[in-house]
Amino acid sequence: MKNLVADRRDLLIVAGLGSTAYDLFAAGDHPANFYLWGAMGGAAMIGLGLALAQPRRPVLVVTGDGEQLMGLGSFATIGAQRPPNLGLAVIDNERYGETGMQRSHTALGTDLVAVAKACGIAWAREIRGEGELAAFATQVQRMAAASFGLIKVAPENPPRVLPPRDGVHLKNRFRQSLGFDVN
Amino acid sequence: MSDTAPDQWKDAIYEALRQANVRLVAYVPDAGHARVIERVHAEGDMKGVVLTTEEEGVAFCCGAWLGGERAVLLMQSSGVGNCINMLSLVENCRFPLVALVTMRGEWAEFNQWQEPMGRATQAALELMGVKVMRAERAEDVGPMAAASLESAFRSDQATAVLLAQRLIGRKEWTK
Repeated sequence: MKNLVADRRDLLIVAGLGSTAYDLFAAGDHPANFYLWGAMGGAAMIGLGLALAQPRRPVLVVTGDGEQLMGLGSFATIGAQRPPNLGLAVIDNERYGETGMQRSHTALGTDLVAVAKACGIAWAREIRGEGELAAFATQVQRMAAASFGLIKVAPENPPRVLPPRDGVHLKNRFRQSLGFDVN
Repeated sequence: MSDTAPDQWKDAIYEALRQANVRLVAYVPDAGHARVIERVHAEGDMKGVVLTTEEEGVAFCCGAWLGGERAVLLMQSSGVGNCINMLSLVENCRFPLVALVTMRGEWAEFNQWQEPMGRATQAALELMGVKVMRAERAEDVGPMAAASLESAFRSDQATAVLLAQRLIGRKEWTK
């Protein structure tokens, strides 16, 4: 995660609930980070709304395999729009990490790269090393085409750093960082 | 199968969206919303985004607001049931929400499979903290849509306007 967002520049980031939110916060808090603590299955669609609203800024959604599997249809909805400034990263440990590390569908046959490609997201790759991760980060920053990175990781449960849970605070600081007033 | 009701209240919805500077319209199609959807795609004031399920639209509208744009969600009553948990995103973050809901299962309904969710639609929205208005007459649709847009985007309220099935008219079925 740290390497994925190290050179973030103008990047706007939505993090799905669970480990991806903890890891993004651990990599460094930022007002343009929007951490989810619920709304499972919604991270990619929040990213799509954000990407269409902010076409000049790169948008990255980082979420887990379980969270993305709950919103599988969002691949099709994103594929229909293909905003060039949207990158979707699924950190795939093939487990439901919050609930006892039960195997998820990606451990049981689902190929999310194939799903993304079949839905019209042409830049869709499995990512296993630092070089491939850097290529994905560069692709998101270039804003040339919607992209999907399936980042394969080992199923571990390291110590957690927890981001704020107050949704109104997270929303308001995000919007303020883009220059919008609080209602 | 066609939609035979007059278009005036549908154009009133479109005008209310345009005047409120809505830029993004997310929808799962419904015959009652067809004219608004067609105009959104044809006229270029707004961008239409077709969804696979209505809960995507709840998250989408929240993301658009994070990025400073106004988005609305069009669906039919059966779709409200698909949104329930995602509405916790709206409440927790106090996101604005404008859902325009065409009702099924309440008046001269041919298909009884629409009845359970039709009966539960308003209560389900209210259980999740959404303020509900209900338009029974064509002349109320435009003002209710405008009021919903105003309280959502000016006052961070979660709102829905239910468009009564009697207003929409009978669905014509052919064998």
